[in-house]
Amino acid sequence: MSKMQISGRRRGSKIKGIQFTLMVVGMSGTGRTTFVNTLCEQEVLAHKIIDSPETANVEEVVTIRPVNVELEEDSVRISLTVVDTPGFGNNIDNEHTFQEIVTYLERQYDDILAEQSRIKRNPRFRDSRVHAVLYFISPTGHALKEMDIELMRRLSPRVNVIPVIGRSDSLTPSELKAFKKRIMEDIDHYDIPIYNFPYDVEEDDEETIQDNMELRALLPFAVIGSEEEVEIDGERVRARVYPWGIAEVDDPNHSDFVRLRGAILGSHLSDLKSLTEDVLYETYRTEKLSRTVADHRQSQVLPEDLANQSVRLKEEQLRREEEKLREIELRVQREIHEKRQELEAKEETLRNLESRLAAQGNSMASPY
Amino acid sequence: MAEEIRAESYVGFDSITQQIEHKLLKRGFQFNVIVVGQTGLGKSTLINTIFASHLIDSKGRFASDEPVRQTTEIQAVSHVIVENGVKLRLNIVDTPGYGDQVNNENCWDPIIKYIKDQHSAYLRKELTAMRDRYIQDTRIHCCLYFINPTGHALRPIDVIVMKKLSEVVNVVPVIAKSDSLTPEERERFKAKIREELQYDNIRLYPFDTDEDDEEEVQLNAAIRNIIPFAVVGSENNVIIDGKSVRGRRNRWGVVNVEDPNHCEFMNLRNFLTRTHLQDLIETTAQIHYEAFRSKQLLALKEGVNQRPAQAQQ
Repeated sequence: MSKMQISGRRRGSKIKGIQFTLMVVGMSGTGRTTFVNTLCEQEVLAHKIIDSPETANVEEVVTIRPVNVELEEDSVRISLTVVDTPGFGNNIDNEHTFQEIVTYLERQYDDILAEQSRIKRNPRFRDSRVHAVLYFISPTGHALKEMDIELMRRLSPRVNVIPVIGRSDSLTPSELKAFKKRIMEDIDHYDIPIYNFPYDVEEDDEETIQDNMELRALLPFAVIGSEEEVEIDGERVRARVYPWGIAEVDDPNHSDFVRLRGAILGSHLSDLKSLTEDVLYETYRTEKLSRTVADHRQSQVLPEDLANQSVRLKEEQLRREEEKLREIELRVQREIHEKRQELEAKEETLRNLESRLAAQGNSMASPY
Repeated sequence: MAEEIRAESYVGFDSITQQIEHKLLKRGFQFNVIVVGQTGLGKSTLINTIFASHLIDSKGRFASDEPVRQTTEIQAVSHVIVENGVKLRLNIVDTPGYGDQVNNENCWDPIIKYIKDQHSAYLRKELTAMRDRYIQDTRIHCCLYFINPTGHALRPIDVIVMKKLSEVVNVVPVIAKSDSLTPEERERFKAKIREELQYDNIRLYPFDTDEDDEEEVQLNAAIRNIIPFAVVGSENNVIIDGKSVRGRRNRWGVVNVEDPNHCEFMNLRNFLTRTHLQDLIETTAQIHYEAFRSKQLLALKEGVNQRPAQAQQ
């Protein structure tokens, strides 16, 4: 009894961090893994280890894997889920890898749609909807590639997309400025709705407007990451050491890392979440439902029913298994009963034999 | 084997080297190079840096209204550069938009076809009854293959294309924009690439032949140890220690393109122009062109043999 009390106290005192799911998308070599590890200040994702040339460039399938990590930003606990997408864009034909990422995003929406429609809801259901995607652009210095435009276009209806220039080390300040400008022009030209730190001139206060304007002007964020520390002026900083200088990760003149981190894990975390939950998810839900209503003539089941069906199917399975177990129980009991009866019958015969023997013995003894 | 005799007095035929030089200087030299790699890897900049002149413009997409999907039109740009009375006729073939699409199946076909077409054109001119005295040589002598500085390994597309290219042309792999890699990352990356190239049996230039002497063999071995060349290109100058050198000024320092501690540009430049220029031209003619030629002529012979057989039927 006392054990339960202690555990109850422990559970109650543990403050659960704010849940936030971040996905990183980009070709291998654009700095995704290093960025995530730099963001979380620990090795969350493992670097691609290429031991042998045989496995080095086997065509990969995109394996989407979420990893959980607890962070603290400005004394706020954040329960961050990072979803990495290794293998994206490395193949010769990348058409299906695009679809896999979009399918993953939609599946999280499907799961919560099903959960919400259940009669008996699971209190421990984990909302795994992705709140933001950091899309890593290669630092070519030109403009967007076809792959970038296509994928960002496909992702943005389902998730907040924030474009990021990975490995921006090799760009000079003027090249970077021109590059950012061209990317934003492309995004505008191709109508790609990215998350651009929206603000309302009439409703929001000065500070918010200023903040959002600054962040918007930094888009796309040029980041460099480093998991190694070096000593500069007696201080240990995260940096990359080149023969011609040292690039410091946390220096805002060197990269936009600090501002990006502050935005997605701090000032704009709740905005990203509410946009996902209140706008993107709702849009998906409406689309899905109206799509299937239109196809009703083709005898397609409503998604709610579909969801219920899958739930019911699972319950059915459980019931069937329980039944099987009960049958086995009954059978075993029957066998025991039969065996007992056999045993009793045998005991009877034995007793009869014994009494007869005893009777014979008596009759044999009596003539004398 | 003929015995070597030393004449009793000076004859003077050793001046033939100057006579040849004189003729060649008048004629000039032809060097054709093709650059292959994804957009944005600094191909055009590197060529301009190697020859210290603005020879080609970047084929990248710089404005929103430019189409994303570019037709892979492969064209050569010609220039004549003169240095100390030596005329170098340069043909640079830039390949735009390679490997940038969602689906890159067979995007390398136009490039391979272009290279083979040059061999084909030369063969045709050679086989003509009334052929030119000096056949204009458009055969590609060198292919600079640009590798993305990811720091990981080669991509599937890199392996396939390099393999196909190495069968028809001298391939020299280059890690572009290497100023985004720290020295340790660079060495690790190069080792991985060399491992992979060996594993996939990709034959890269330089090739060792029996004609090479000790010095040349050593030089080739040294080159093979540096390949792929980690380079940085720049058409702009920066002032370092009072000297004006080609370099890049980024947010944390100045990269000196000509400093061997910063990048391997000088190695590549010397390799291409100062030590192996003549060899590149020669091996293209003697190895790649010859292979193409014999295959074509054999195929022609087969065709001729088949036709009378068919006629008989």
